Amino acid sequence: MSAPAIDPVRTPVTASPPRRSAGKQRTTPARFDTALGWSDRPGPAWALRVLLCALALGVFAAPFLTVFSGSFSEKASGSTLSFLPHHPTLLNFQVAGERGIWDYFGNSLVIAGGGLLLQLAVCTLAAYALARHRFRGQALILTLFMLTMMLPEEVIAIPLSLVLGHVPVVGLDLKGTVWGVILPLGAWGFSVMVLTEFMKDIPAEIEEAARIDGVGELRMLWQVVLPLCKPALGVAGVLGFIMIWDQYLLPLIAAKDPTDYTVTVALSILRTDPEVGSGVVLAGAVIALVPSLIVYLLLQRSLVTGIAAGATKG
Amino acid sequence: MTATVTTPGPRRARALRKKAVLPWLFLAPGLLLALVFKFLPMGKGVWLSFFDVRPFLGDQWVGLDNYTRVLTDHRFQDAIGHTLVLGIGMSLGAIVAGFLLALLLEGQARSLKIIRTAVFLPVVTATAVVGEMWRLMYYPTSDGLINSGLGLLGLGPVPYLDNPDTALWATMAMGIWMLAPYNMVIILAGLAGVDRSLYEAAAMDGVSLWQRLRHITLPAIRPALGIVLTLAAIRGLRVFTEVYVLTGGGPAGSTDVWMTRAYTLGFSRNDIGGASAASVLLLCVTLLLTVTVNYFRKRGDVR
Repeated sequence: MSAPAIDPVRTPVTASPPRRSAGKQRTTPARFDTALGWSDRPGPAWALRVLLCALALGVFAAPFLTVFSGSFSEKASGSTLSFLPHHPTLLNFQVAGERGIWDYFGNSLVIAGGGLLLQLAVCTLAAYALARHRFRGQALILTLFMLTMMLPEEVIAIPLSLVLGHVPVVGLDLKGTVWGVILPLGAWGFSVMVLTEFMKDIPAEIEEAARIDGVGELRMLWQVVLPLCKPALGVAGVLGFIMIWDQYLLPLIAAKDPTDYTVTVALSILRTDPEVGSGVVLAGAVIALVPSLIVYLLLQRSLVTGIAAGATKG
Repeated sequence: MTATVTTPGPRRARALRKKAVLPWLFLAPGLLLALVFKFLPMGKGVWLSFFDVRPFLGDQWVGLDNYTRVLTDHRFQDAIGHTLVLGIGMSLGAIVAGFLLALLLEGQARSLKIIRTAVFLPVVTATAVVGEMWRLMYYPTSDGLINSGLGLLGLGPVPYLDNPDTALWATMAMGIWMLAPYNMVIILAGLAGVDRSLYEAAAMDGVSLWQRLRHITLPAIRPALGIVLTLAAIRGLRVFTEVYVLTGGGPAGSTDVWMTRAYTLGFSRNDIGGASAASVLLLCVTLLLTVTVNYFRKRGDVR
């Protein structure tokens, strides 16, 4: 029950290395490896595949190159986009900086960092209770957390903006503070679900052994359960970061004035500024793009397995 | 364990009570946040949808007036059409494109993994950034990126976003571009589960490639396709950021979807009651769709 059961989240991670090493003594020919039966050897089919792959890259990845090159071009506009910058310059970034892009970027970083920390903490605690404890109303609580996923931000935007302006009972005005964006992102059903599923598969013996040694609940979570959950935490962390970075409506309605915007929302300010050209907008886009790019490239394996796991479970 | 056995009655009762309270302590932060920032706004939205919301004057109960007003407003009626066209077109287009990508990029080779990594980029990019990218690619003059590509094929420049006839389709293309690689990953996971010996057996029986796809691959990835379709349908209904950053609903309302319309009503026109009614309607449809699809999926699993 222990190791194989957690496989849905891990499969591709553990499955790829043995496959590659077993390639030589494999009995079935390679042409049965894929649905279309692509062959590894050069030939017409191989050439077609290379061509189609190039096309896919051209459609899905090449636009990013034009954005990067445009942001470094001296006179970038919609009509001069290309893969290599004309007259490379950092001027666009300088102008974007004068328009406060780094302040917006700072807002984004605080929100992404704080929001992710809060989200992971809150969801880990909830998942621990759901996975390792039995209590009345457990199914109901799980459903409530799932509902938070089904309740799109867009649909509750208007009442949420009223709540952010005056939080009931405590009466705080969260508008214009980073808390207005961070707090609503705290409880995310997806993270609760992934972490709960993962924690359920930790063998009870480990926990019992720790309990006999007199380990309390919090230490149990921190020192026993969490280290075993690293893959699930990776998945929740990467997807959470990308989800938070992608937020548009929430920072928009939680802001009191434009200086509170995140970098993604601030792009619209750059665009509507008549004095700056497309190159500056592209520089802003690159600044908004790079953090999610770094997170993705560093942790893409968790991300892809997370999507697969989330899709089969949710 | 020994401690519990030797303790007298009251202490054991206290330990039991502590044990019952403990999970709730762990759940408290999450429940509190969900309550205040998700369920409370939801309830408030339903409440407000029955009122004529007037700041400083006090809200006035109007019953279902907001709903009838929203449903009879022709711009909302247009928005329903756009939401359906955009939602269905984006979902189906992204599934077909994702399926084709998955078929093309399936495999263990290192080069394929690199290509998959690159193709996946649109998914991790923030929607607002994608919007800016596409706005520039759609540059309406003949030397815009996409238009110059069309020029090579001998086709004239298209003013994608400035023409009411093309704006919705241009938005849909961007949506497909953003979603297709996401679907690709899910379908690839489905493809990885197909029994390889079936392909081998089919080859021995002299089955054509098309039949192989039709009778082995498609049935095997049907669960994955079901998931993809569900997610896409629900996403399609609440589409907002894509449209808001690319066209803002224009030109002439030709890309206005349900949520951009509700947003304009609520935040620009200050008609909180009407916007709440519109949101509640969308929420009902979303929940209904989710529950129905889950019901059919569960029934399918049992069978």
